[in-house]
Amino acid sequence: MSVSTMPEKGNPLLKYMRQDKLPHFFCPGCGCGQVVSAFLRAVEALKLDLGTMVGIGGVGCTARIPVYLHMDCLHGVHGRTLAWATGIKLHKPDTKVVVFAGDGDAMSIGGNHFIHAARRNLDVTFIVVNNFNFAMTGGQVAPMTPGGAVTMTTPYGSSEPPFDLCAMAVTSGATYVARTLTSNPAQMTSYIKTALDHKGFSVVEILSQCPTHFGRYALGSGSPKNLVTWIKDHTVPLTAADKMKAEELEGKYRTGEFIKTERPVFMGSTVCSAPCAEKEGKA
Amino acid sequence: MAVHVNKRLCKGCGLCMTVCPKNVYELSDEVNQKGFAVISAVRASDCIKCKRCEINCPDMALWIEDDETSSKEESAR
Repeated sequence: MSVSTMPEKGNPLLKYMRQDKLPHFFCPGCGCGQVVSAFLRAVEALKLDLGTMVGIGGVGCTARIPVYLHMDCLHGVHGRTLAWATGIKLHKPDTKVVVFAGDGDAMSIGGNHFIHAARRNLDVTFIVVNNFNFAMTGGQVAPMTPGGAVTMTTPYGSSEPPFDLCAMAVTSGATYVARTLTSNPAQMTSYIKTALDHKGFSVVEILSQCPTHFGRYALGSGSPKNLVTWIKDHTVPLTAADKMKAEELEGKYRTGEFIKTERPVFMGSTVCSAPCAEKEGKA
Repeated sequence: MAVHVNKRLCKGCGLCMTVCPKNVYELSDEVNQKGFAVISAVRASDCIKCKRCEINCPDMALWIEDDETSSKEESAR
């Protein structure tokens, strides 16, 4: 079969992807692919030019996403995605930067960068694909693994409580925080759209299925359908959650928009605001 | 036919089968170049063009042809 770089006739979103890299490396039924198409639909709706944007991925399954998109891409330093993003934003503040991070990339290895980017209100879109484990390395327990879940390294069930990424982002100072799930593509596209349009640190957490590892270890089934149903059953929309008791909400993920405010974004001006302004005035 | 399956990209995960309200898809015996059994639109004539499969497909292997333009042309005649 000859390798062609010409766009194939097919799904209209394929024109945003690097054709020669396809099919992508995600396992059959992986939610990362759905996140890619939701992101591309959001880009299409906002009429953004992917060529002027920068996509950043660290290490992991999710981090491979920008590799398949027709945009400038950085890939490969685990957890340091937001450090890269900070550098790009300080050098070229008008560049739109999108970070794709898995739950390990965002909360475990890059946890410190995450809370500080939120505190500074760095003008970056941070898309976290939460698949509940370290999927690329074989399904080990991660900071977002639900309590009691069996993984490769916790054969008797995880005894640790997981992080609540959205609550942490809100308290750290992020200005747009939302949680959604892959089986609701319309909501996923709408939140990514809002996040891309938002000025400030915008976080979208997407609960995604990892049938290969989390599905097999925790649920005993490699079927994407079972895992999608499990995620659906473990989510509650914010409006419904307000009317529910604390016991009913145990082990459930609330989905919806947690915060949408505005405050000054980080421009690096905390280092030299007064002297720089004076110098410019004299010149 | 309005339903197109890109067999090079399909991985046969079956998510389209679970979201399709008209049960258009079926897993076929055909294997693609990567060794995945691909999906086949066996009941394509039942398709109502809701595009749930196209939106949900993680591999962008599905594509529902929009014949809005052609039907508009027909009605104009």
